[in-house]
Amino acid sequence: MSSVGANSLHPSHTPTTALLEIRGVSKCFGRRDVLKGVSLSIASGEFLTLLGESGSGKTTLLRLIAGFEQPSAGEIWMGGERLDTLPPYKRRVNTVFQHYALFPHLSVRDNVAYGLRVKNTPAAEIGDRVDQSLRMVKMEEFAASRPSKLSGGQQQRVALARALVNRPQLLLLDEPLSALDANLRKQMQGELKSLQRELGITFLFVTHDQEEAMALSDRIALLRDGALEQVATAREIYAHPATAYTAQFIGQTNLLQGEIRGSIATCGVLRWPLDAPDGLAIFSLRPEAIRLCAGGGRQATEVKFRASIRQQLYGGSSELLEVDCGAGQFLRVRIPVHGPLSGEHDFVFSIADAVRVQE
Amino acid sequence: MTATSPTRRAPLLTLYAACVFAFVYLPIIVLILYSFNRDGVGGFPPRHFTFDWYRQLFADGPIWDSVLNSLFVAAGSVVLSLTLGLLAALALDRADFPGKALFRRLVLLPLILPGIITGLSLLMFAVFAHVQLSLFTVFLGHGTALISVATTELFAGLQKMDRAQEEASLDLGATPWQTFWRVTLPNLKLSMIAAGLLIFTLSMDEIAVTFFLIGRDNTLPLEIWGRLRRGITPEINAVSTLIFAVSVALIIIWYRVRTRGLGAEAQELIETP
Repeated sequence: MSSVGANSLHPSHTPTTALLEIRGVSKCFGRRDVLKGVSLSIASGEFLTLLGESGSGKTTLLRLIAGFEQPSAGEIWMGGERLDTLPPYKRRVNTVFQHYALFPHLSVRDNVAYGLRVKNTPAAEIGDRVDQSLRMVKMEEFAASRPSKLSGGQQQRVALARALVNRPQLLLLDEPLSALDANLRKQMQGELKSLQRELGITFLFVTHDQEEAMALSDRIALLRDGALEQVATAREIYAHPATAYTAQFIGQTNLLQGEIRGSIATCGVLRWPLDAPDGLAIFSLRPEAIRLCAGGGRQATEVKFRASIRQQLYGGSSELLEVDCGAGQFLRVRIPVHGPLSGEHDFVFSIADAVRVQE
Repeated sequence: MTATSPTRRAPLLTLYAACVFAFVYLPIIVLILYSFNRDGVGGFPPRHFTFDWYRQLFADGPIWDSVLNSLFVAAGSVVLSLTLGLLAALALDRADFPGKALFRRLVLLPLILPGIITGLSLLMFAVFAHVQLSLFTVFLGHGTALISVATTELFAGLQKMDRAQEEASLDLGATPWQTFWRVTLPNLKLSMIAAGLLIFTLSMDEIAVTFFLIGRDNTLPLEIWGRLRRGITPEINAVSTLIFAVSVALIIIWYRVRTRGLGAEAQELIETP
């Protein structure tokens, strides 16, 4: 984890020990461009998540790396070896499929042993490694069962063991948790993360769930319509989204449309000093960046405004407010649990929290 | 039950259905009954129950020779048509080639063509190719004519199969060849069994195509046909009863395999390699 930790602290720094390099990869199916010149490099031991809506091309990118599809343009390299020209069975990459794709005619044990058997591994070694893998995912007692007799979570574990027993350099996970119910999903997230830490295997994880992506990943690569929107650590991408799309896709946000003139940013009734050239601008302001202002003056680095409460949603540990700043400008505000609110109140946010984003 | 219920009683319809069933099955029931009648096929109603005709049947050498011939032909046809049918089904499922739609229809043609046409054309081919007519030509005839059955059944099996399994196999390092033997084929096991049983039954019963291609050795249906021309004996009834029983058994097995309506244990038995 140490090298990964270093990377996550310096997200802008390109990893020096890149395991996988995707260079300008495009893919079109007929006349539809699914991927448009994607370049991405994944460090050894990293947990990288491809995040995107359905149809954003994330699964296609995964299938290109696994070898089930051929890129229309570009190259994929792994550990100094050209990957995209190899057939899938010659790549040191294994996949956990969305619906697991376990072999129904084989027992759990034979499913896990499959990869070793087809490569003519000695029988004694197969036995040891299969036992070890099953123990790792806590499925030893189901070794003789058929996959059809297992629950979704158990099948998930078998699929993981079946992939990891081959000691891949890179494990591809295609929305592996999407078929599980919420509780099991949270639990499997934790287990996946600690497995990855223990084994030090590079994980490339595909999901459309931004919370899952933030919880698990060292870095997130956000795909939009077949192109990379932003690649950064979870913290970085949340705190400094590069585009309005990113800001909205990851977490909740208020998008403020405004303009900058004479070093003053104006978004509706909100104004603050900003040293930037004149022109139109969009800012992302997270709901939790806005606080209720108990009274008293504001600091120079803060923006204070008065707004009336339109709606209050109680969320247990916090409350989400919708406030009306006047002139048809509504903002969402997340505050610690406060109790019922009504009427007009003063709110304040720090200028630094209004992050300027691209269209 | 309300008047709009789709299962309301309809006496006329019930009677009609009973008549249809009687028309179809009464002759078979009569045939079976007379195989146990001491006085032969003459005389109504059948009196004096006996197993004599069965005893006579079991001592009848030529009949059993023809049964053996039929079994050989049927077993061979199963192997031939399943092999060719599997290749055709794989091509239809996976490959894209010019004329695919036409190929798909042509493969099904023998199913629709009258047996006389198939038989006659195969005979003409055999004559043209200077092939001596024998059980071997019958086997070739059945095997090729029944490819359509195998193709349809196996194509359906392939369509039902989860392709991600084959990708998983390749992903785990298996070559396409290994993947075919270890994943694709085991997945098709039920379809193979179902198609095999059906082809076996069809081949055992076949007369039209066989008639044109047969050499010196008779298959069972032709042996029976030959004897009928010399007059009907209850021994024929006996052998027909046996064929009927075996056919029904095979069709029931085929049907249950096909609908996967087998009990869990039998299912396990079939799925266990």
